[in-house]
Amino acid sequence: MVKEQKAIDRNNAVISIKGLKKAFGDLEVLRGVDLEVYQGENLVVLGRSGTGKSVLIKVISGLLLPDAGDVEVLGESVEHLSTRELMALRLKVGFSFQNSALYDSMTVRQNLEFPLVRNSRSLRRREINREVEDVLDAVGLSQTIEQMPSELSGGQRKRIGIARTLILRPEIMLYDEPTAGLDPITCIEINNLINEVQEKYKTTSIIITHDLTCAKETGDRIAMLLDGQFAIQGTFDEVFASKDERVQSFYNYNFTQ
Amino acid sequence: MDPNTENPNITPRKYVISKKLDSMFFGIYHAYQFVLRFFREVFVPPYEFKEIIHQCYEVGYKSLPLISLTGFITGVVFTNQSRPSLANFGATSWLPSLISIAIIRALAPLVTALIAAGKVGSNMGAELGSMKVTEQIDAMEVSATNPFKYLVVSRILATTFMIPILVMYTACVALMGAFLSVHSNEQTSFSMFFSQVFDTISFLDIFSTTFKSTVFGFTIGVVGCYHGYNSSKGTEGVGRAANSAVVAAMFLIFVEEIIIVQIVNAFR
Repeated sequence: MVKEQKAIDRNNAVISIKGLKKAFGDLEVLRGVDLEVYQGENLVVLGRSGTGKSVLIKVISGLLLPDAGDVEVLGESVEHLSTRELMALRLKVGFSFQNSALYDSMTVRQNLEFPLVRNSRSLRRREINREVEDVLDAVGLSQTIEQMPSELSGGQRKRIGIARTLILRPEIMLYDEPTAGLDPITCIEINNLINEVQEKYKTTSIIITHDLTCAKETGDRIAMLLDGQFAIQGTFDEVFASKDERVQSFYNYNFTQ
Repeated sequence: MDPNTENPNITPRKYVISKKLDSMFFGIYHAYQFVLRFFREVFVPPYEFKEIIHQCYEVGYKSLPLISLTGFITGVVFTNQSRPSLANFGATSWLPSLISIAIIRALAPLVTALIAAGKVGSNMGAELGSMKVTEQIDAMEVSATNPFKYLVVSRILATTFMIPILVMYTACVALMGAFLSVHSNEQTSFSMFFSQVFDTISFLDIFSTTFKSTVFGFTIGVVGCYHGYNSSKGTEGVGRAANSAVVAAMFLIFVEEIIIVQIVNAFR
């Protein structure tokens, strides 16, 4: 699939990170990360397991607090927001979890309704149903509406997880390892879905992955996280044309395995 | 590999007293913060009425069969065990009084609280622990829902409301069991048995039992939710959360029992 040229507003950074540091106990995971993500862009963060990729998007969504540095999302400094303000910001930032994190005691319909009902209490049943059907249709899983998460395949769970975040119509989507643990064909379907979501809902996305195919298919820009900092940023070809040994070994490992 | 020595990013950890004592004091402080957070959030809207009612159903209604059985057996066994001692003094006519005091003041709250700690506390620990390790709690948080209020506050309120009701129910069932035993051995009538029961118990007994069971309910909810909400280390952590919830709740129930009995006796 050949990606179309998209309108990315390079003057409008929706996420701006300066000097971000985060440690767990004595283990420093992020050591002064600087990053800007522009309106309408799909940014892929690549890196080996344990390099702090997921930590980065958890800090962006306010799930973790930074030890140092400044994280601005849609013009608001995440660590200085009150609980109420953070809640309001989270309505604009969707988070798709690595293992989907579907509520396993609820059906697909209840999973999708949950954020909507809780954040739009004035909505009528008919409107809720329409929203649920709309996002399920967007991820191509209308037939699963009354199923339990345990009855779904890994790929279906990922799609429902994405649908659950889309129901709040977020401006930013954060994908944590969207293709991890999936077969190659389902990976392609998820990559296409990420692009379709971006196109339909006009979202800005950060995609965390170590899957180079996913990075190539979905990313407008790639940022490589190495040793707690972004070592290199650019298009897929620019990044992997780098002579940096760590980048080359990452590329070679992915494509020779 | 020992991460403290091999990994250059990790410096050896220092403890204030010792590893175990540090973690114990940290745990107490953490639990204190958890309870404070409950009181901070419980009065602030939005109120999760639907979830509270759902949890009341889970805690109360679903515990009824087990509570009924154990309450009934407690009444029968306690009566049968007490009879020979009273018979030695020719005082079997005091059985209803003895039984009512024992059941209302001690057995009903304790038996109910211990059963609930086992059933409800472990369930809460495992359920929230499982939600924590599968990131369902984080998923709630990022979808602009306060998971503490939705999951924890509603559960603690449910146990705090429902345990006193279950205790009253257990007392009734245990007294019925005791009556059947007394009736079949001493041919005491229903009205005679229960008039003696109600003559013996005072307002202070009812009040202290209700107060005690409210404290037990709050404890079961807090301990179950605390261990589940703060569980870690994958599926092993879920099992540990459920286990710790039961053990800690049972221990605290006995500690609270002895403190409340001393306070109530001071008023008697």
